[in-house]
Amino acid sequence: MSDGRGTGSSQRWEPVIGLEIHVQLKTRTKLFCRCEAGWGAEPNRRTCPVCLAHPGTLPVLNGRAIEWTIKLGLALGCRVAERAIFHRKHYFYPDLPKGYQISQYDEPLCVEGRVSVPGPAGDLEIGIVRAHLEEDAAKTVHVGGAGGRIGGAEHSLVDFNRGGTPLVEIVTRPDLHSAEDARRFLQLLRQTVIELGVSDAEMELGTLRVDANVSVRRAGEAALRTRTEIKNMNSFAFVGQGIQAEAERQIGIWESGGEVVQQTFDFHAGSRTLTASRSKEEADDYRYLPEPDLVPVEPSRELVERLRAELPELPGARIRRLEGAVGLEAAAGLVTGGRDRLFERVVAAGIEPRAVGNVLMNQFAGTGVDPEAVDAAELARVIEARDRIPRSAFVEALAASGDPGFSAGPYLADAAVSDAAELEPIVERVLAANEAQVAAFRAGKQGLLGFFVGQVMRETAGKANAKVVSELVRSRLER
Amino acid sequence: MSAGLAPWALGSDTGGSIKQPAALCGIVGLRPTYGTVSRYGIVAFASSLDQIGPLGKTVRDCALLYRIIAGRDPCDSTTVDLPEPVELPKREDLRGLRIGVPRELNEAEGIEPGVAEAVARAIDLCRELGAEVGECELPRSVEYGLPCYYLVAPAEASSNLARYDGVRYGFRAEGATLRELQRRTRDAGFGDEPKRRIMLGTYALSAGYYDAFYGQAQRVRTIIRAEHDAAFERFDVLAGPTSPTVAFRLGERTENPLAMYLSDLLTIPSCMAGLPGLSLPCGLSAGLPVGLQLVGRQFAENTLFRAGHALERALAFDRVPPRLAAA
Repeated sequence: MSDGRGTGSSQRWEPVIGLEIHVQLKTRTKLFCRCEAGWGAEPNRRTCPVCLAHPGTLPVLNGRAIEWTIKLGLALGCRVAERAIFHRKHYFYPDLPKGYQISQYDEPLCVEGRVSVPGPAGDLEIGIVRAHLEEDAAKTVHVGGAGGRIGGAEHSLVDFNRGGTPLVEIVTRPDLHSAEDARRFLQLLRQTVIELGVSDAEMELGTLRVDANVSVRRAGEAALRTRTEIKNMNSFAFVGQGIQAEAERQIGIWESGGEVVQQTFDFHAGSRTLTASRSKEEADDYRYLPEPDLVPVEPSRELVERLRAELPELPGARIRRLEGAVGLEAAAGLVTGGRDRLFERVVAAGIEPRAVGNVLMNQFAGTGVDPEAVDAAELARVIEARDRIPRSAFVEALAASGDPGFSAGPYLADAAVSDAAELEPIVERVLAANEAQVAAFRAGKQGLLGFFVGQVMRETAGKANAKVVSELVRSRLER
Repeated sequence: MSAGLAPWALGSDTGGSIKQPAALCGIVGLRPTYGTVSRYGIVAFASSLDQIGPLGKTVRDCALLYRIIAGRDPCDSTTVDLPEPVELPKREDLRGLRIGVPRELNEAEGIEPGVAEAVARAIDLCRELGAEVGECELPRSVEYGLPCYYLVAPAEASSNLARYDGVRYGFRAEGATLRELQRRTRDAGFGDEPKRRIMLGTYALSAGYYDAFYGQAQRVRTIIRAEHDAAFERFDVLAGPTSPTVAFRLGERTENPLAMYLSDLLTIPSCMAGLPGLSLPCGLSAGLPVGLQLVGRQFAENTLFRAGHALERALAFDRVPPRLAAA
């Protein structure tokens, strides 16, 4: 059940979901100092007096990070503020050496956006409240104790390499109504970010982080009920599971006459459960203060227009463009997988769109080949011949299709054995050697067809045309 | 400086820590326009007020040092390039200058008679040197400057001092847990006055109080700036005492923070407005130096140097106190 509007008693309930997304920008240097940003260094090597908050140091804003935030904001349909200011957000935690995070508060850089997400029932229109720029905290590692959390840990280690890395925080309106909506939106957002070249947006690496605000209401109800926040969901699947679990929990509470309490939950991937991390009573007071060490950011009209002109055709538009040819799901899969441009080039070479979509989404996707490295004309030849060449040759050709100078020729020469006269004796031999399976098939275990085909393929070292073998086996057994 | 042990010094100033000591010690001090001297390298107290400025024996010495330290620093985003180069003062008259005497700065409660007299004589001298002198008003700047300062400065200080937790550098007290280590470090490492300000400031920034305290203080700051701007439509320089009193005895006011805070009453308004102020000695009261404060428009340091230099020459202040000279 991937849709929050599930079955049974929950049918009358509708989840209301807003997302808070953090995107780590892949600028060369950090947001307020010249330290190199990014992964891979020994702990605490990418630090300096500024990002370690030594006395007397001051932040200096990374102009590239501002440009990228504006670019991302424009891609999300936002208005770019004429004046944005940074605030200090205070809290005491070992990951924050200054005792405050430099973030944006009531005058963010990008506001009031809207993203159209192609969906099965038309476009989902997702409002964007804001997209602002802030610095990331350092990374803490809690040693000893349970679950890598600070409570009960024997000691904690802090790696300041990440501290001060630029993050864009994107806040949506509560316009999403199912875990499935959330997934579609996030996949589109992620692809947008990647294509803009501003972030790698890898949830597993934490360069894309998602928190969800969830409430539920009865269908038709206009007002919003109490919401809760879910954190620590570090894959798209977990975001879906977390939202699903929380919506169901809240429905259970309302239906049993209870009251949902405003709380923050941590999602645990292993058990797919949520545990409360803090309630509203302990809500932090961040003591926001306009950052006196920085001047207001006032992006010029020329800059904003230049960045707008640099925007590529966005993924949402491309999904809609391809939808007619291959259907919504394949179109969305091709675009959010970054394979739609290759798709279009292969189709332009004269191959039937659905077949191309199918191959690119399945066998090709499995190879991990960079679509941008592929010669579309050569790949078109491989896909065109897919039913005539052995499966093994087809798969090998796809895997090699990104190699420099790749040619389909050698793989096509390795034509599959499709001659029934040549294959029939082998089929007979295989069936004779597997009497028990033959009996089982005749008794109704149709799934064994694949087993027989596989045996024949093995006998022929993969050179048989699987489609022909399959027909031969079937006609022989159903005789 | 006053004892002749150093030719120049740099002071860090938030609400009067250059001008006030200069006045009490009989030397010259400039608090420059906010943003003309880099704050990189100084321990931040109240970032929107902190400034570095020169202290010297003469106005000209201050100008020389200011010429070196002023200008944009890529490490401090709040700094700017000077709109005009620093000029070393030469003229010994004040012809063409209009000097305003804000009533509230010169008649504030608590100004010692000896201080008022010395300042009044200096202002008379301005007339003799050819300046046009007239009265003006800064009603809200003086009345609200001090209370606003004691919201803005502690609020920013509470934020700036959070980093001194004993973890990465500096003084550290031992503790079994991180929290204990931090608590003890702060308890032992901060004196009473910083603690007082951290508490005041934390309160002023708290949810629900921000608008009433810090936010309101910043709005009043805008009013203070506007009031000064209005005065500068009629005058080039505003003059008055730097400190309401001459030097007090060591430790005399540490038991009474309010009296200590009040000694900044006259220097704070121009600091809050981000304007440059120069203090130069203009006489003695009860045998101790009295400072004359000259406040100028934003980036008008050259005007302050010119006025200060001409007055300094005419006043011929003797930096050696009579009781020392007699000894």
